[in-house]
Amino acid sequence: MLEMRKDIFADERADNLKEVGQPTQRQDMLGHVTGTSAYYDDHRFANLLHLKILRSPHAHARIRSIDDAAASRAPGVKRIIRAADVPVNLNTLLSLIQFGKDDEPSLATDVVRYKGEPILGVVATSERAAREALELVRISYDPLPAVFDVEEALKPGAVSVNPVYPKNTFEYHGKYDHQKLRFGAVEQAFAQADFVSEERYQMSPIEHAPTETNGSIAVPDTNGRFTVYTSTQALFFSLDTSAKINAMPSNQLHFIGGTVGGGFGGKVDTLTEPLAILAARLTGAPVRYRLSRHEEMQFGSPRGAERIYVKDGVMRDGRIVARQVRAYFDAGAYTRLSSYAVVKCVAHIPGPYTIPNVHADVFCVFTNRTPATAMRGFGVTALDFALECQMDKDAVAIGMDPLEFRLLNAYRDGDMKAHRREAKNCALIECAQVAAEKANWPLRDEFRKMSSKKDGGAERAGVADRTRMSTPAAPVRTGTSAPQRVTYERPAGSTSPPPIQSTPPATPPAGSTHGVRRFSSVFGTRRR
Amino acid sequence: MTIAVKTFARLAEAASALSTERGARFLAGGTLVMRAVNEAEPSIETLVRSTDPSFVGIAVTSGRVELGAGVTMAAILGERELAFLHPVARAVGGPAVREAATIGGNLFAPSPYGDFASALLALDATVTLAGGYGQRELSLEEFLGRRERGASLVSSIAFKRPANEVFRFTKVTRVHPKGLSVLAIAAQLPLANGRIAGPRIAYGAMGRMPLRAKAAERALEGRPLEDNAIAPALAVAADGTSPLDDAIASAWWRREILPIHLRRLLLGAGRS
Amino acid sequence: MKTSIQFRLNDEEVATFADSGSNLLDVLREGIGDLSVKGGCWQGTCGTCTVLVDGMPRLSCVTLAESCEGKSIETVAGLRQGAKLHPLQTAFMERFAAQCGYCTPGMLMAAKALLDREPNPTRENVVDAICGNICRCTGYEPIIAAVLDAARAAPRRS
Repeated sequence: MLEMRKDIFADERADNLKEVGQPTQRQDMLGHVTGTSAYYDDHRFANLLHLKILRSPHAHARIRSIDDAAASRAPGVKRIIRAADVPVNLNTLLSLIQFGKDDEPSLATDVVRYKGEPILGVVATSERAAREALELVRISYDPLPAVFDVEEALKPGAVSVNPVYPKNTFEYHGKYDHQKLRFGAVEQAFAQADFVSEERYQMSPIEHAPTETNGSIAVPDTNGRFTVYTSTQALFFSLDTSAKINAMPSNQLHFIGGTVGGGFGGKVDTLTEPLAILAARLTGAPVRYRLSRHEEMQFGSPRGAERIYVKDGVMRDGRIVARQVRAYFDAGAYTRLSSYAVVKCVAHIPGPYTIPNVHADVFCVFTNRTPATAMRGFGVTALDFALECQMDKDAVAIGMDPLEFRLLNAYRDGDMKAHRREAKNCALIECAQVAAEKANWPLRDEFRKMSSKKDGGAERAGVADRTRMSTPAAPVRTGTSAPQRVTYERPAGSTSPPPIQSTPPATPPAGSTHGVRRFSSVFGTRRR
Repeated sequence: MTIAVKTFARLAEAASALSTERGARFLAGGTLVMRAVNEAEPSIETLVRSTDPSFVGIAVTSGRVELGAGVTMAAILGERELAFLHPVARAVGGPAVREAATIGGNLFAPSPYGDFASALLALDATVTLAGGYGQRELSLEEFLGRRERGASLVSSIAFKRPANEVFRFTKVTRVHPKGLSVLAIAAQLPLANGRIAGPRIAYGAMGRMPLRAKAAERALEGRPLEDNAIAPALAVAADGTSPLDDAIASAWWRREILPIHLRRLLLGAGRS
Repeated sequence: MKTSIQFRLNDEEVATFADSGSNLLDVLREGIGDLSVKGGCWQGTCGTCTVLVDGMPRLSCVTLAESCEGKSIETVAGLRQGAKLHPLQTAFMERFAAQCGYCTPGMLMAAKALLDREPNPTRENVVDAICGNICRCTGYEPIIAAVLDAARAAPRRS
């Protein structure tokens, strides 16, 4: 049950709202319990054709030759779809917001870069006929060495996975091979810290495994348009992506979706719609492209695996004085959304804690694995796992209660974050206090009385004068003889300067001439 | 190409069809074979079925149990005399799978499936194969050793009924209450004067098919089921195993946790 | 090769022609047109396609349709009587026991199989009844609560 703590969130919302905060029945619930909710595959069409895809059995191989003659003559086969049939056979999902270069073919041309990569499609009168025809396709491969480890992929001489990014790293702002965060001077702080802890965290890819697999049905309309019934989580995103790949105006596509049999981020990649539409164009018939469960697991993009190194400098009194994060996001063979996951990750470093010296380098790395994508807080989830494990280890190292250790370091209103933004509306302290109370976790009195609204900002965590990063300004507050305490000491002469606007290199998008300049980690500086 | 379905009243006829029809596969509960049919496995062209009543027969006497190979997990759970096998049958899938899955089919289930087969291995079961020219009996161990060589139709499975409290079973899963085997252990642990006499232990998911824990059996002989007495058996628990790396667990992990769960089973502290 | 298949579906006689070797799920959806049954894996692992065959839960995706000749099949489409919802449906609504809704038809049929045999189930009974049905939104607790609610709400059923 939702409990609104008015003592903490007095100004969050009015008390007289009719719907917000009140239990309300979902509009689709009756459909769900009566089996009448229409998912994409609950639409029926006469003469429906079925698209099945031949997929790479290799993680990395050159395609020498493809012989689909027997398959094209197989019973029930209406059309073979080859890479050359795809109007725009190179795309990247975030090209819709001008982020990243087109790097992924819908059907592989000369090289396959992960196991499960689509190579060729068969459109047939039944799924069975299509599957049987796929068995008749003969492909000759030259297997190539593959790289599966993010750090191996960055070594000199490593196998190059994706020719658009030959160094195996995504390019930010057209020239940077990773995302950086620089705040203060971690090395000096580590040197003065009482404890330095360093750990490595390795995540595994996680498949969303929605009970309804990815799929879509494309139906030629009489007016030259195509109606597409789809499982997508991102209807207009999929529509625009499909329009681009099929080189058709988006107003020729009518997407119908919304009822999704589980997504969790695994249905944003537009895996099926472009080829279903292409198949419908080429055959003039409605075509369904539905992933089998095996395809969903092997080819459906997972949450990417991250490798995260965290190094902390901690004082005996519990203050974290430095945090350094080095992380590698395994994008798999193509970018999809991993480039953005890295941006989110860096925006989240160092976690919800006020730390005066922070240093982060995060890479989006290409390997010969299934391309990764969004999943429930991607970019942040794994980082938080790593940081909170590290917090526990730090607390043990200095003999402090792990919850009190977090309360001590938690953001408070007015604190300066490592991104040079002021922390506002903080409530971690209060949430942790309530959680401790409910879990009967003993907190000492001074920690029970802590507040996000008190003692934040200048005295605690203002930014010293460091207009540029070249000034190693802030390895301060590390005095080793400091007693246990709950408020930070500030160095002499430290005042509360305004946040510094960093100057990113990218040029702002043309067009808009009004509004203030604003920094976006995706675009760089832009106007609003 | 479509599949031909041929149904026979007698198992012997089905066995003949199995050896003569093109691309024939015997269909019992369907949990393995229908999956292959759905995926258009090219080797399957004919499904052979049988409505022979003996295929689903259960005969339990004081000393012996004989089960038609078409007996389902649900049928085992419905038979009070087979209570010692209920934990095993319940470990196989949810209710819908148990309604369909047969003990005969379980003998063909690839690792990490096949929990029931490991129990039957611990029970020293014999397998009867139906053939066009008559029946043939062989030990389950021998059957498993050659199960991938050619089509055979298992008609029934028989074993000596274990004395009370002698048979134990545990299945380790990542998902609860039900999941695929990280591993399964079945054991017959007869005691004579408080000491193990002639133990028989079988593992599931510790190899490509269920296998005996022969080294552990030898090390347990003559020992009481006490912590220090079983230590030598635990030390050799993984001898002779060749577990798979799969989505459920790595081979390393399976070997690593095997002694822990064997210990719990032997000391009666395991889940069952 | 097409084969004719006839069975009772939710107390109505139905018949269709289907490819020999078809699974019951495809025959129900493509042949008969009962779209209330959902498919999740076509390999017998997720429970989404659970229907009742002669009162017992079966995974329709790995059930040979021809083996159901003359039998009685129940799907969620037959669960409510006219406008009146089955107690399980009411309880699922009230307990918020569906999120994406895709596993719900299978869950309801698995639960119905239990309640038809055991009108007063324990929590353990309920957990066992649905243990072969995957809810990837992971809403198991509301589902268990809903099944227990439904059992309590329908004590008069024989």
